[in-house]
Amino acid sequence: MANKRVDEPTGTETVGHEWDGIEELDTPLPRWWLWTFYLTIIFAIGYVIAYPAWPMIDRATAGVLGWSSRGDLAEDMSAAEMARSGVREQLARVSIERLPEDSALMQQAVAGGAAAFRVNCVQCHGSGAAGSQELGYPNLNDDDWLWGGDLKAIEYTLVHGIRQAGDDETRTSVMPPFAGAFDSAQLDALTDHVLALSGKANANALGAQLYADNCAACHGSGGEGDRALGAPTLNDAIWLRGSSREAIKRQILQPRMGMMPKWEGRLDPVTIKMLAAYVHSLGGGEDFVEVAEDPEVEVDEQP
Amino acid sequence: MSNPDDPKDGGERDWSVVVEGGKPKSNEPVSSAVAEPEAATRRHEPHEPPRTTVPEKLYEPRKQVHNKRIDGPFRRFKWFVMVVTLAIYYVTPWLRWDRGPYAPDQAVLVDLANRRFYMFGIEIWPHEFYFVAGLLIMAGIGLFLVTSAVGRAWCGYACPQTVWTDLFQHVDRFIDGDRNARLRLDAAPWTWGKVMRRAFKWSIYALIGLVTGGAWILYFADAPTLFRDFFAGEAAPVAYITVAVLTLTTVTLGGFMREQVCIYMCPWPRIQTAMLDEKSLIVTYKDWRGEPRGSLKKAQKKPGEFGDCIDCTQCVQVCPTGIDIREGPQIGCITCALCIDACDRVMKDIGRPRGLIDYATLEDCEREAAGETPRPAWRTLMHPRNIAYLLIWGGIGGALLFALGVRTHTDLTVAPDRNPPFMLLSDGSVRNSYTLKLRNMESRPRDMEIAVEGLPGAIMWTDTINRTAAAPTQTVTVPADQVRTVRAYVAVPEGATTRGFFFRLTSLDEQRETDTVETRFDAPEDQ
Repeated sequence: MANKRVDEPTGTETVGHEWDGIEELDTPLPRWWLWTFYLTIIFAIGYVIAYPAWPMIDRATAGVLGWSSRGDLAEDMSAAEMARSGVREQLARVSIERLPEDSALMQQAVAGGAAAFRVNCVQCHGSGAAGSQELGYPNLNDDDWLWGGDLKAIEYTLVHGIRQAGDDETRTSVMPPFAGAFDSAQLDALTDHVLALSGKANANALGAQLYADNCAACHGSGGEGDRALGAPTLNDAIWLRGSSREAIKRQILQPRMGMMPKWEGRLDPVTIKMLAAYVHSLGGGEDFVEVAEDPEVEVDEQP
Repeated sequence: MSNPDDPKDGGERDWSVVVEGGKPKSNEPVSSAVAEPEAATRRHEPHEPPRTTVPEKLYEPRKQVHNKRIDGPFRRFKWFVMVVTLAIYYVTPWLRWDRGPYAPDQAVLVDLANRRFYMFGIEIWPHEFYFVAGLLIMAGIGLFLVTSAVGRAWCGYACPQTVWTDLFQHVDRFIDGDRNARLRLDAAPWTWGKVMRRAFKWSIYALIGLVTGGAWILYFADAPTLFRDFFAGEAAPVAYITVAVLTLTTVTLGGFMREQVCIYMCPWPRIQTAMLDEKSLIVTYKDWRGEPRGSLKKAQKKPGEFGDCIDCTQCVQVCPTGIDIREGPQIGCITCALCIDACDRVMKDIGRPRGLIDYATLEDCEREAAGETPRPAWRTLMHPRNIAYLLIWGGIGGALLFALGVRTHTDLTVAPDRNPPFMLLSDGSVRNSYTLKLRNMESRPRDMEIAVEGLPGAIMWTDTINRTAAAPTQTVTVPADQVRTVRAYVAVPEGATTRGFFFRLTSLDEQRETDTVETRFDAPEDQ
């Protein structure tokens, strides 16, 4: 503070610093400003007493009000939980067939299902529910359903799973392995015939005969599949395990079959209902009418 | 008028003498203020010898301002601006504007809950906030223009702080009397009479504050409904909190802080200081004409030795911020020109020409001091800088009006699904999903047609329109004044390739507004 002097035009002392010839005046504060400053000091003392403030060895002092940011979060979380409970109660009351009638509730269910999907389902089916052809996880966006694509069928799959050991009602089907049953010419002919069902190869008589003898019982004479048996459709464009000749041959000789865990007991019924609504909303969901003749998802007991 | 030559010692104090630092401000001048070129900007207290030391002090004690009543053209203009601005503030929320059954009928409404801003025939949505930004830019440049042309006229007449301070000062005058009475009352001991008088005055302050805060909230909800709910105790807590905060700030800032806000808190005087130069019209004291100061008596004794200023301090007494304009331009001067009114009146009384304190540019002051004839005010206003500001301001205004005129009330945004980007369907066709936002900015529900263009063979269905009804165009109803989100599925038969295409949204009414958005259709690469 060497260079303090009084600025002549204003009669005010300078603070003593100089920057390229520019000096700063030490203009006194107004009194109310000074008092405001003292008030902030008093406030700070009160704050330090009331709230967590002094850092100690492993945590700060608690403060007499007992406030903590974790407690705040817990309060917010339980408030959000309370806000959701109304929707959950409504969902618990309504049967899944009647859910589409209430579009507002349906929206809530889809949103809740989307959240649950990200926690429980993305590990196999992917975050966009597109599945994986290499690993045999089905795509849930398309219009091809192994076991039925209406709300009730989806919910049933979620509840009981697929090939879930220990659940009598689980969806189950077995494709027998044909390793050793065909020689290579027969296998080629059969593969050609399977591809011909969707127009990807030329039909041949040998393949047709082999198909009619070995495959048509489950997959249907034209490859239309059977949802009751869980037999995939063979005459469409969607191939869960690939449409190359090698993939088809492998699937005939050593069929791989996927497994989906049952979610009953792991998720509550309302969450399962919301998940069904979400999967149904992805773009391939089917109406009930189309599957009414399917015995496994018969809906006639519903009002 | 005071006579500084024989100050009254003891007894009745003469309140018309301005006392600063323990001595009256009217002293023998120690520096003869001559009309040097820099005289107008480099002036300091003529009665004070140059100081070399100042007492150590932590704060600057406040000098309470008790401005004297004055009448004159500028005071009348100030009254006029005050009445107009207060009327706009209090009346606007009650104006009605019919917008049909689907929109509020309040002329000016900031609907925060529904994110709409209504101003007479204009409705602004959040995405059109650039209109508000444009208005703020215009307000900024408008202030530059006003400052450049007529100095700190905003501060002097139209600033809310000025208007409310003026209002509170009139209350002071109404309750306690004019300047001298108020000074006496301030100095008087706290008797019951003074307590009652102060309590009465402060309750009027509180009432003004309440009305100010109360009017503010009416801009954010339907005014008659909120007004009734407010007094029935049924309004939202935020309404009561807002009114309480605004009542407190109005009373504190307008009732008690007053000129302290302008001098210490407000950044605008400092910004304006940088924008003023010798070509700006400001309220200024013509020192070459006024100095040296001397009373009428002195001037009679020694004619020719004294200037026109008779040191009556009327200009200081009427000042709402309590400054002495004769010290030159300063941050406390809000250029309300009440000192011009006061000085002109005195000059008329003593038979000298008006305009010792006047609106003038410093450039003109020097010219006048050198004996040239002053230029008329309009010549000053025609300064190129003012014209440039005016053109910029008008240009922005014109552009905003043009944009407002040609904007459509139909808008479409498209967000393609990225995960998964495409979907193979069982019949071999490829489906893409899009989230469309259909914006209907009219206050009535409208049917709108969504069409897929530039994608051969494409069909579309939505989350509400079944796949069995898929078609290249779909019609949906968008609720009045809302955005409707539609999930659209577009499918192209086998053999689809990745390519760009358009969604076109057309309103199915007589306006037939359209909006087109280009987006992308993804397909598997091996097809």
